[in-house]
Amino acid sequence: MLWVAIGILLKILVVVSIALGTVAYLIYVERKVAAYAQDRVGPNRAGKELGIPFGLLQPLADGAKMVLKEDVIPGYVSRPLYMLAPVIAIVAAMIGFAVVPFGPVGPNQIMNFQIAPNINIGILYVFAIGSLAVYGIILAGWASNNKYAFLGALRSSAQLISYEIPLGMSILGMVLIAGSLDLNQIVNWQDRRVWGVVVQPIGFLLFLVSAFAETNRLPFDLPESEQELVGGYHTEYSAMKFGMFFLGEYLHVITVSYLTVLLFFGGWSLPFHLLNQNQIGFLSAVFKVMVLLFKVALMILFIMWVRWTLPRFRYDHLMDLAWKSLIPLSLVNLVATAAIVQLIYSSR
Amino acid sequence: MVINNYIFIGLLLLVAITFAVLPLIVVAVIAPRKRSLAKSDTYECGVRTYGETWVRFRIQYYIYALMFVVFDIETVFLYPWAVSYAGLGAFALIEMIVFLVILSVGLAYAWAKGVLRWV
Repeated sequence: MLWVAIGILLKILVVVSIALGTVAYLIYVERKVAAYAQDRVGPNRAGKELGIPFGLLQPLADGAKMVLKEDVIPGYVSRPLYMLAPVIAIVAAMIGFAVVPFGPVGPNQIMNFQIAPNINIGILYVFAIGSLAVYGIILAGWASNNKYAFLGALRSSAQLISYEIPLGMSILGMVLIAGSLDLNQIVNWQDRRVWGVVVQPIGFLLFLVSAFAETNRLPFDLPESEQELVGGYHTEYSAMKFGMFFLGEYLHVITVSYLTVLLFFGGWSLPFHLLNQNQIGFLSAVFKVMVLLFKVALMILFIMWVRWTLPRFRYDHLMDLAWKSLIPLSLVNLVATAAIVQLIYSSR
Repeated sequence: MVINNYIFIGLLLLVAITFAVLPLIVVAVIAPRKRSLAKSDTYECGVRTYGETWVRFRIQYYIYALMFVVFDIETVFLYPWAVSYAGLGAFALIEMIVFLVILSVGLAYAWAKGVLRWV
């Protein structure tokens, strides 16, 4: 038991370090994508003296800056809540990873690419943790004692709770078809049959739209919308505390991308059974992890691409979209899916 | 075995809290600190901030929150139903449609009342 715990602890440390490293480079990639979308070159200086091209050391420079800058705490804030908010934001973003498989998981695998395997509530846990993130934002906005931050937090609370419903309902169809909440089982089902996006196209669209709203990404970034609210809920935060909100946001982007790929794009499987899932061994496991990573990278690039393509929604349009379009549509989608599945069962 | 798996989540929670608190301590130790009155002012427009921030806000948020609770609990009810749908038979579908219709009437009522109109 002790050795298992130590092994898991090592796995957790590796996963968390890789995740944080990925986040650092995601910010770099985001800046590069933004730059090319706007016909600029983006960060290309950091590391030039050391002979490292393309400004690849930019994340290190950013990280060092966050640590070395003065951490200003304004005089009017509610200090305990002000300190607590970024901690909640990043912890909630990190522990959501626990049940997300990074590669093949199963009793016959030589290695389980998951921190807590065999948690049968699987995706429900991810959503439960994901909704904790709103506390970080609301506490930050409230504790800052700043009107912009407060408005951002209010918007955020209404937005996040509104989009949580379609987010939860959009995957119900997939859960119903696969008959399990466990992400491994859902991937295995997709490998045996077809990708989720084929059987649940509407569910996929609903999930995608709600996921953008839940991660506060453009076109739904109203909680921070720079042009009207300065910085929204993190207006009063500086140095590392601001960085923690930033890290939390990008961790959410990674989690959402993993979920999209696992639920709707077959996870670590390739279409037409190009990859034999029964094959076990080190090489095939590594290959499956690579397939999954590749798909996730494409998804993240898509999210960044959308940011520079679509303008921001107006707030009342945003709420209307959730309550008057997405929720009714997700109800209809669920009933239709259930009816079709029932038809298939009864025709057998 | 089931308990063990939740212990792993606990371990991850500990690691996550460490990763969150450690940078704050590092920053508190090594970052420069020069306090001044202007810096500790509220970040708004440069003029002294006017009026209270911690005010009572609109009732509309409350109504949305109420609607959210109803639909969130509905979703939680739907999950176990969806997982065990294969073994439940056609009657489960009809029952769930009745459940969804009752809730949809609630949504339609709120819609017709104009509660969902954001002003």
